[in-house]
Amino acid sequence: MSVLTDRINEIIKPENLVYAKSPLLNDDLMHYCPGCSHGVVHRLIAEVIEEMGIQEQTIGVSPVGCAVFAYNYIDIDWQEAAHGRAPAVATGIKRVMPEKYVFSYQGDGDLAAIGTAETFHAVNRGENIVMIFINNAIYGMTGGQMAPTTLVGQITSTTPHGRDVDLNGYPLRITELLAQLPGAAYVTRQSVQTPGAVRKTKKAIRKAFEIQAKKIGTAFVEVVSTCSSGWKLSPVDSNKWMEENMFPQYPLGDLKDTGRADAELYRIKAK
Amino acid sequence: MGELRLMKGNEVIAEAAIRCGCDGYFGYPITPQSEVMETLMTLRPWESTGMVVLQAESEIASIHMVYGAAGAGKRVMTSSSSPGISLMAEGISYIAGAELPCVIVNVQRGGPGLGTIQPSQADYNQATKGGGHGDYSLLVLAPASVQEMHDFVILGFELAFKFRNPVMILADGVIGQLMEKVELIDQRPRWTNEQILEISGEWATLGKPSGRKKNIITSLELDSYMMEKNNLRLQSKYSQMKAEEVRYEAIACEDADYILVAFGSAARICQKTVQIARKKGVKVGLIRPITLFPFPEKIIAEYATKVKGFLSVEFNAGQMVNDIRLAVNGKTRVEYFGRMGGIVPTPDEVETALEQRF
Ligand SMILES: Cc1ncc(C[n+]2csc(CCOP(=O)(O)OP(=O)(O)O)c2C)c(N)n1
Repeated sequence: MSVLTDRINEIIKPENLVYAKSPLLNDDLMHYCPGCSHGVVHRLIAEVIEEMGIQEQTIGVSPVGCAVFAYNYIDIDWQEAAHGRAPAVATGIKRVMPEKYVFSYQGDGDLAAIGTAETFHAVNRGENIVMIFINNAIYGMTGGQMAPTTLVGQITSTTPHGRDVDLNGYPLRITELLAQLPGAAYVTRQSVQTPGAVRKTKKAIRKAFEIQAKKIGTAFVEVVSTCSSGWKLSPVDSNKWMEENMFPQYPLGDLKDTGRADAELYRIKAK
Repeated sequence: MGELRLMKGNEVIAEAAIRCGCDGYFGYPITPQSEVMETLMTLRPWESTGMVVLQAESEIASIHMVYGAAGAGKRVMTSSSSPGISLMAEGISYIAGAELPCVIVNVQRGGPGLGTIQPSQADYNQATKGGGHGDYSLLVLAPASVQEMHDFVILGFELAFKFRNPVMILADGVIGQLMEKVELIDQRPRWTNEQILEISGEWATLGKPSGRKKNIITSLELDSYMMEKNNLRLQSKYSQMKAEEVRYEAIACEDADYILVAFGSAARICQKTVQIARKKGVKVGLIRPITLFPFPEKIIAEYATKVKGFLSVEFNAGQMVNDIRLAVNGKTRVEYFGRMGGIVPTPDEVETALEQRF
């Protein structure tokens, strides 16, 4: 034990450090399962807020879903929204405090099933907020039921024989739909299963927050994610399953990066 | 004396909101209250006071926008009519659970379902018994005039912040559409950021400066003992409301043999009934509850030992009558008369009902 401690202390010297946890992320043990993507994305959000120096100006809105307790981990002010209503809550905050940074953080059930209307209309209004979307193709919190993004054939507790199109319809690519909306400024789809992917996602989140400062419409970042517990796979196998099955259906990359549309394109000709 | 105007009840809600320094309104159109948002949009208060007005995609979105903005310590409100209030029920429960102040106006129409756009008081139980899930209460104000529509917006915000609790103005289609003389308050400034910091800085999400703990707006608590404690705190707040905020009007009750109990526009009809009955030599009085929660049970209990009976007059199938019976506790007779479906009874009809029942 002491040999190990000695060796660790030898490595962890200030001059050897290449990375330190953001002070905005506290030391509480996260409630997430091993292999879950939520924790990584939390860390990236904390780092972006810290690096931009906007801790005092940022308000987060947590969803109902596994990330309901996001407020326990990142040291900023938070509001916990009802299931699906985070974009409306974020709208309310942003409209009365337009000088603040406001972001919502939602799972696929929250954002693309029960809260579809709030999601669409917040983006269509071009609310100057950041929306973070964790797509793990399942309802993690309630024990692994089908999500709108569950793939055809995917087994969940409410599709025990696999998602069947006749019964359940198709996986919803809501991010593609949102990219069509004139209010969207920046729409991107990322992942966090490799160091390279993590770096890209962090860049995307940073860009989303910078767009908010420019007030040019909604910045939307989807993160294709894993749910080892819900998928009943090891963390390593989950990453493999995600790459093989999720990425073809939910291809990574930017879907829109133009700022919101010019209102003149939509204006009536004469009163 | 403030500015005098002839205005519709719904228009006055908008005017009073702007003048009392309200920070935001979020709503969705529905008859018979659409004039509230229409008036706000016409007056463009974002250019004068800085008040935000937003037409949301639904009542669900409206109430959760109110949640967000109220969580930021702002004075915000919404308005709707019966079906829209049903859609808001989950959100109102969250607002009560997270202990946020806001004002919600319900200009009631007849139900159930899509029902009718004619006036009704059929949401009495929904308003006074919470309306959504969980043990919570709204503070419910029942205006009986256009002036009270005005006054209760101002009072509503005061009470909402005193208790950190949603306040409902439970009006009906008559009061919403009625035009009357109203005295308006002079324009008051919206709270400054410094004032908000002082009033709500302990809990509101204003952005976390270093040195203070993060503020979290939530109704979630998975520890049962903590959750029970939260519930007990809410209950003690409701007890305090019962002790401090009961409001009612008692008309001609001192010598009365019979007392009518009615709120909102039903009370105005009953006022006339009192005159008609007294002309006929029947000593009739009227108790008009102004707060429906807390309910004026003490004054009703006091008169229970003095009168031969109470008649509850409501535009519904008999909802408030149960609260009167609880207050009376068997000491005298309590009867109900009402019309449904948007029918407004005449004073004579009420008088006949009184004769028939007693
Ligand atoms: C109105 C309402 N309906 C249902 C639920 C139950 N519920 C809680 S979380 C959840 C799904 C969460 O899944 P998702 O949004 O995909 O997030 P994840 O847990 O996977 O991160 C459901 C159905 C609820 N809390 N409220």
